[in-house]
Amino acid sequence: MPSKQELLDLQFIDARHKLIDLAAFLDRIDRHPGADDFRYAALKAALPILLTDRPDRARAVLDAFSDHSTEPIPKAVFQGALGAPR
Amino acid sequence: MWWLLIFRNPHRRLFDLQTFRPSDIFRMKYIEPHAHMVSRTTDDYEKLAIAGCEVLCEPAFWAGFDRSSAAGFYDYFRQLTDYEPKRAAKFGIQHYCWLCINPKEADDPGFAREVMDIMPQFLDCPNVLGIGEIGLNKNTRNELAIFEEHVQLALDRELPILIHTPHLEDKLKGTRLILDSLATFSKLDRAKVIIDHVEEHTISQVLDAGYWAGMTLYPQSKCSPNRAIDMLEIYGTERLWMNSACDWGVSDPLAVPRCMLEMKKRQHTAAAIEQIVYHNPRKFLSQSPRFV
Ligand SMILES: [Zn+2]
Repeated sequence: MPSKQELLDLQFIDARHKLIDLAAFLDRIDRHPGADDFRYAALKAALPILLTDRPDRARAVLDAFSDHSTEPIPKAVFQGALGAPR
Repeated sequence: MWWLLIFRNPHRRLFDLQTFRPSDIFRMKYIEPHAHMVSRTTDDYEKLAIAGCEVLCEPAFWAGFDRSSAAGFYDYFRQLTDYEPKRAAKFGIQHYCWLCINPKEADDPGFAREVMDIMPQFLDCPNVLGIGEIGLNKNTRNELAIFEEHVQLALDRELPILIHTPHLEDKLKGTRLILDSLATFSKLDRAKVIIDHVEEHTISQVLDAGYWAGMTLYPQSKCSPNRAIDMLEIYGTERLWMNSACDWGVSDPLAVPRCMLEMKKRQHTAAAIEQIVYHNPRKFLSQSPRFV
């Protein structure tokens, strides 16, 4: 199993790139006209999970973006998925 | 190019030319257990063969648009059982398929049952492994009813089952509904069921219940190679496989060999890589008498 140092050598630049891209996305949404929506709110609500020390942050972020209702719905309103529950 | 970076890397610990031989993995055979080749070019078959793919399995799924009649599925099943095996064979790849009506089009139960009436004509074809990929899409009552009818069909014919779990925000709920539904089939052999497209929030429920789990390496909407490798490291390699699920969307038929390379970079042994990309799918698929 690689050490922390070895993983940093291998993946730090990629992780840094993804974080900067996310920061730029937040700036972009704020800078542009109009109202944001439930997706942006879900994204912002998930961000604090990154700063926790829990060992399953990826799972927690996925949970935050999930529909937690339990009953099947009567009929699909549309076929696709948007990435965050309304 | 990564091999130039090796020379510039002062640490040279991870990916050292002295220890890394591309042939370690590029000569390794693997199985692609989930790919929608009807949507891919013949060039893709060639790339898969060059990358070491020996066997490819194609579950029946949505075509990217709704078919206008059940007859559209008759032709699709002919394509899966006759045309694609021949196209794959030209590159030395053994092609198998799974048959069903997919959950997206199953929300119209009348239409779904028309398609299910066609299926028995094809279920005895030599490359048909079982029923799949059934499952849920938007977690509707109709989808669930048709899912359960497919499970019963598989039980009646003693066939393995491949299950699609919904996308994005619908996956968690859909996985729970699928697991609850499967639990009502007392005669179901859970070792003959694979629940595909698991992610970090669904994998433990699937494995804990005794099913196989599939990790799909698909851009943006499913797993990245590194996340899939994380799950392998956390949950072990028993009852897990990896696939590309390449289809009509932006997707990568070479996702599995790319993940093999990432595993190598993360110091997984050749034996460990071969276990997940070859021996595991072989073990699950061998439960179908058609798989040779
Ligand atoms: Zn699929």
